[in-house]
Amino acid sequence: MTEGLNIFEEDFWAITDALNRLLQGTNARTILLIDKAGQLITSVGDTARLDTSSFATLSAADFAATSQLASLIGESKFSTLFHQGERENLYVCLIADRVILAVIFDQRTTLGLVRVKAKNTAAELERIFSDIFSKLQKETVAKHIDTSFTKAAEDELDRLFGP
Amino acid sequence: MALINYASREINSKIVYYGPGLGGKTTNIKYIYTKLNPSIKGKLISLATELDRTLFFDFLPVDLGTIRGFKTRFHLYTVPGQVFYNASRKLILKGVDGIVFVADSQIERYDENILSNENMKENLEAHNLVLEKIPLVLQYNKRDLPNITSVEELQKILNSSNKYAFFESVATQGIGVFETLKEICKLVLKTLA
Repeated sequence: MTEGLNIFEEDFWAITDALNRLLQGTNARTILLIDKAGQLITSVGDTARLDTSSFATLSAADFAATSQLASLIGESKFSTLFHQGERENLYVCLIADRVILAVIFDQRTTLGLVRVKAKNTAAELERIFSDIFSKLQKETVAKHIDTSFTKAAEDELDRLFGP
Repeated sequence: MALINYASREINSKIVYYGPGLGGKTTNIKYIYTKLNPSIKGKLISLATELDRTLFFDFLPVDLGTIRGFKTRFHLYTVPGQVFYNASRKLILKGVDGIVFVADSQIERYDENILSNENMKENLEAHNLVLEKIPLVLQYNKRDLPNITSVEELQKILNSSNKYAFFESVATQGIGVFETLKEICKLVLKTLA
């Protein structure tokens, strides 16, 4: 099996809590947490008008491409990115070298505030993810996905894509 | 690197379509997109040039529904096949859970298949991944064309140990497309259990 990321209940709620505090502290519109492979871990705030799957994929690709640009000019990485729009802006930073924090905000707040608050949240999330990664390395995580899941999923694949 | 979230009860896996340029990777994804029920597919994203060549990647999320309480999703990606886009190809392989190698059956593309296969192994190594540990399915595409390499020969160069499942396909007509997708999805699911 390739290296996976498993997130359990208590870690998930600690992450969501940290993101909600960042949302309230900055008055941002939406905050997303994305793994570097482009999969959305969770989001808080207004996501009703946002295609979060696409957003997660493109953010991860954007970050990956920009990291390569950094290496081309002799930097090990660009740890933050900022995209400025007419109404909405996007601030992105890397956490624990594996997870991407994306903050979407408008004129109700400022880049300075988002940057400062996100830095604090990043430190908090870094601790949570370091715990998750060391847990995944040290312990044999109890398998909640068993062969009955695989069988049920295979049946669903047959139903959707034909036998 | 499947993402399993036990709190929101979600499983996301990443499948990458790899292979030489103009081999039919994007055609596979587009066919899947056109045929799937809107309720189980997300938006198809294509980062392509004006001439419709893949520049960075195509992306299509496919939702299998809730299985044993877990929302199960596959994220399908293609890489750009053209040789000079290797930096992009390498990035897309990050966190891959399963690979479909789409080979171009045309005789004149024989060498490109070999080169792309070698390139795939090198790029996996760059992510500290080895091909032997990742589910792989081969698709021999363009079987409707007159000037094609035999399946036996393609097997010899891409699947000499006969370890991987393979499908003959005509992606433009959808032949072999869903068979390939289903097989790689099943192999990826087995790695989760």
